[in-house]
Amino acid sequence: MTERPISYITPELRARIGVEHGNRVSSPVERGEIRRWAIAAYWPERPPMMYWDEAYAKTTRWGGIIAPPDFNPFAWPIDEEGFDEKVRQWRQQTRGNQQQKSQPGTRTLNGGTRVEYFSPIRPGNVITTASKLIDVREREGGRTGLMLITETETRWTNERGQLIRISVGTSIRY
Amino acid sequence: MATKRVQAATLCWEDVQEGYVLPIFQRITDLMNWNRFAAVNDEFLYIHMDDEAGKTANQPGVFGMGNLRWAYMHNLVTQWIGDSGFITKMAADYRGLNLKGDTLTARARVTKKYVENGRHFADLDIWVENQRGENTCPGQATVELPSTTEKPKRTVPRKS
Repeated sequence: MTERPISYITPELRARIGVEHGNRVSSPVERGEIRRWAIAAYWPERPPMMYWDEAYAKTTRWGGIIAPPDFNPFAWPIDEEGFDEKVRQWRQQTRGNQQQKSQPGTRTLNGGTRVEYFSPIRPGNVITTASKLIDVREREGGRTGLMLITETETRWTNERGQLIRISVGTSIRY
Repeated sequence: MATKRVQAATLCWEDVQEGYVLPIFQRITDLMNWNRFAAVNDEFLYIHMDDEAGKTANQPGVFGMGNLRWAYMHNLVTQWIGDSGFITKMAADYRGLNLKGDTLTARARVTKKYVENGRHFADLDIWVENQRGENTCPGQATVELPSTTEKPKRTVPRKS
């Protein structure tokens, strides 16, 4: 039997609202990762040339290769904090063939995203992010039971301090 | 095969009409797409790799990552605006799951066009449907487009 939680919202969680946390610095963005990202996102059709052909990209308003708007320069982290977090997530996730259903509050879903874009990411950019929790709330789901919904805002800047994007991610725990 | 280096036709703000329905962006999705996307986004979760893990998570089986639908929404808009436009906003709620073998169709409609501080914008309703016509991912987007009244924009990177 899994116990149904009454609330996930603890005073500790509430106290985190508005506090900057988990600031990250990316490795320099490489052309190869932009190319591979574009191929994966457009598979099985060839992605637009501005993501992989420098000679072509030079003729566009961007003057060189840019990354697809949703490109994530923080994939494959190797810094201590990022790598450890990946391993932690991997250990925590729900695996198949378990005797028991996973416990309430340990399952997560991506609830949604809203982003404002200011400048594209280019090869060579080093992206820094600053994040803060901006909202926590709960909702009763159907099959999923009580759901904790959190919203986190992240500001992305490049190595010159130029604003790249502001994203707000909604995460659901159930 | 030689790749032609031809500048894509430029979509200008004046070409856009409110109510216009964009050409679709469609993919049949399964582990082939999800694994490729997991590989670039380092998104190796068992729920995106294994039917049993999906079931253990109280879902019908393995399912795709929301981030790939997010990518398809950007691809849909990018194929419409070409190289000269810029997506300034995108928002989406992930409602339904993307199950194995689903045909996902990203669709959008222009809801409004306007000028703000001399910049030319269009707002879109955007969503991703599955093969049953269910809206799995409602959202909104805003694009900035070049205008026939202004000089072609060039946003060349500064030398640091």
